[in-house]
Amino acid sequence: MTLPPIRPPLPNDDPRWKLVNATMRRNGYAGHALIETLHSVQDAFGYLDETALRFVAASLDMPLSKVYGVATFYHIFTLKPPGRHTCVVCTGTACYIKGATGLLEGILAHFALRPGETNEDGALSLLTARCVGACGLAPAVVLDGEVLGKQTPENLLAKLEGLVHAS
Amino acid sequence: MHLDDLAELAARHRAEETHEQEIRVCVAASCQSSGSLPVLEALKEACATQGNGRCKVKGVGCMGLCSAGPLVAVAERDAELNSSLLYRNVTPVDAPEILASLQGPPVERLRCPTDQPFFQQQVRIVLERSGLIDPESLPEAIVHGGYSALIQTITEMTPAEVIREVTASGLRGRGGAGYPTGLKWSTVAKMPSAQKYVICNADEGDPGAFMDRAVLESDPHRVLEGMAIAAYAIGASKGYIYVRAEYPLAVARLETAIRAARRAGFLGARVADTPFAFDIDLRLGAGAFVCGEETALMASIEGLRGQPRPRPPYPAESGLWGCPTLINNVETFANIAPIIRKGGAWFAQIGTEGSKGTKVFALAGRIKNTGLIEVPMGITLRAIIEEISGGIPDGKRFKAVQTGGPSGGCIPEQYLDTPVDYDSLKTLGTIMGSGGMIVIDETASMVDVARFFMEFCMSESCGKCIPCRTGTWQMHALLEKIARGAGTDEDLALLEELCEVVRAMSLCGLGQTAPNPVLSTLRYFRHEYEAKLRA
Ligand SMILES: Cc1cc2nc3c(=O)[nH]c(=O)nc-3n(C[C@H](O)[C@H](O)[C@H](O)COP(=O)(O)O)c2cc1C
Ligand code: SF4
Ligand code: FES
Ligand code: FES
Repeated sequence: MTLPPIRPPLPNDDPRWKLVNATMRRNGYAGHALIETLHSVQDAFGYLDETALRFVAASLDMPLSKVYGVATFYHIFTLKPPGRHTCVVCTGTACYIKGATGLLEGILAHFALRPGETNEDGALSLLTARCVGACGLAPAVVLDGEVLGKQTPENLLAKLEGLVHAS
Repeated sequence: MHLDDLAELAARHRAEETHEQEIRVCVAASCQSSGSLPVLEALKEACATQGNGRCKVKGVGCMGLCSAGPLVAVAERDAELNSSLLYRNVTPVDAPEILASLQGPPVERLRCPTDQPFFQQQVRIVLERSGLIDPESLPEAIVHGGYSALIQTITEMTPAEVIREVTASGLRGRGGAGYPTGLKWSTVAKMPSAQKYVICNADEGDPGAFMDRAVLESDPHRVLEGMAIAAYAIGASKGYIYVRAEYPLAVARLETAIRAARRAGFLGARVADTPFAFDIDLRLGAGAFVCGEETALMASIEGLRGQPRPRPPYPAESGLWGCPTLINNVETFANIAPIIRKGGAWFAQIGTEGSKGTKVFALAGRIKNTGLIEVPMGITLRAIIEEISGGIPDGKRFKAVQTGGPSGGCIPEQYLDTPVDYDSLKTLGTIMGSGGMIVIDETASMVDVARFFMEFCMSESCGKCIPCRTGTWQMHALLEKIARGAGTDEDLALLEELCEVVRAMSLCGLGQTAPNPVLSTLRYFRHEYEAKLRA
């Protein structure tokens, strides 16, 4: 007879853990729900920290190394807290041909930000993506979840400047 | 449920709506990014105040010319895109004028002519309902023929007959490799296992391609229908759609469609009141190009790192959780319902000897009309680039068209009269791939383009095998050096040698095809490499 595994307590009373738990429960705490679970952690908290990785590993009854291995394999998962605003520059082929490099250079020159970095006061994170599927509007940028097409360094920098100052 | 019942259901849905004219607003992702949702709202409002009750405003899927979005079509009910009045770059303030044009003359300043080659040269099978129906409405799909092929297969055909039709159609997989679909289905069907799976590969990792996204956002039910027919044919009861998380709208529309199909009995324990059981779940990708590779994709569904494994065994024999698994691309499944409705022989008449049917292409890069097209196989590259896409803007010259994504190659001007099919493209050293086409003009350096693709392959390599992991890194370093003007003849020779090693020694398709962009640019644009070499 196997005893039912003991589920770890929620790390703290942040209500967002309930969402994470719900995802795992819906999948019967099966190991194959790991990626789904990490998605729900990241949707809720914005990133995956050590507490979350440990909690997920204990809940799904698998080694932390495996959870860490999966979390670091996929590009979407991030172990660093994002800034208040995120700017994702598409660096897919269509956007590259239409000038994505110029957008990145503009952001580097103006905000001293490279892909994967967040600026010092935590206002803005810069990321890149491999095609967001809006290639007809290349070069495309996803700013706080909203896809903006046909960007130029000038209008993108102006928009970012506005966001960073407002926040 | 029988076909008669479905027809009756369609007639009932149709009778519920009495409008004669429709204003269709594209609400697929690209047009939403150019602001189509406020346009939809404004038109609905204008219709409520100015309309005469005979007109309906609705959101529809992609109409193709995404770069001119938001697109709005004014049409008689059920009329095709080509016979509608099309408006481009519409803003909310245009709404009253568009409504007034229902009775009066068209709004000339917004007109987007549909008698141009972009629209006229297309043949729509996969996209037959895209831009016509509301993708969030199951009744609209049913009125336009949705699920009739599924009902027909499960009530009137044996699994063997279904496979025979698909084989007769000559359909080849649209995910890249072009494997014959009928053959794949019959292999899985023959496996003596109680548990089998159907997987729809909606990862679309190919940068510069958005065909699958458009199909999922515009007509999700046809993908569910294709998967259910496949499940019946091979004897599976469970399906997964692996869709990339970067496509939130496609995910949302799929969720809506799956729920509606379940409620209506097209999915679930007894599909359409027959003993056939089939249900579908979604799985979200997490941004890894290699997860489009079938064995990596299955590992990812199982919750593991998405790393490929050697084949054989092929998924048909041992796939998801060790069970026989059928895995096809979105567009492959989207072709199934029309093949069943109209017969394999009908489909086989379209296209060329070795490549039947149509292909959806995503046109992007340095061209006037960027967007989505569906054309018969065998059309020439020149027709696509010079006529359909409207040519190169700003008086620049065409240099190359890149097909097949990072595993493809670049085709120069002298081959533009080549017909587009699996075999001709292969002869040119590139591939059809999933259907991304990116046009490059004279301002680009082909060495930079090759370096760009190598950077992609290098950082997307899963790292499992050494030839790919370190080979792509070395190749990228060499290309970097050559692009900088610091390369030597030896560097170029080493680069060519590495192409061979990486191609021959890598475990999966990513590594095996990573050298293609280098090889094809070397083949046609060697002078650009040589010009960069230090004497
Ligand atoms: C690196 C790599 C990436 C791939 N990406 C995709 C993809 O994004 N979508 C897809 O349908 N097939 C992709 N494929 C091909 C699949 O492995 C598989 O052949 C295909 O899904 C089979 O479906 P089909 O027969 O309908 O084409 C990829 C293959 C490789 C090697
Ligand atoms: S060829 Fe590259 S992507 Fe494929 S298994 Fe090897 S390392 Fe991974
Ligand atoms: S390449 Fe940027 S959206 Fe497709
Ligand atoms: S997304 Fe609207 S036309 Fe393509």
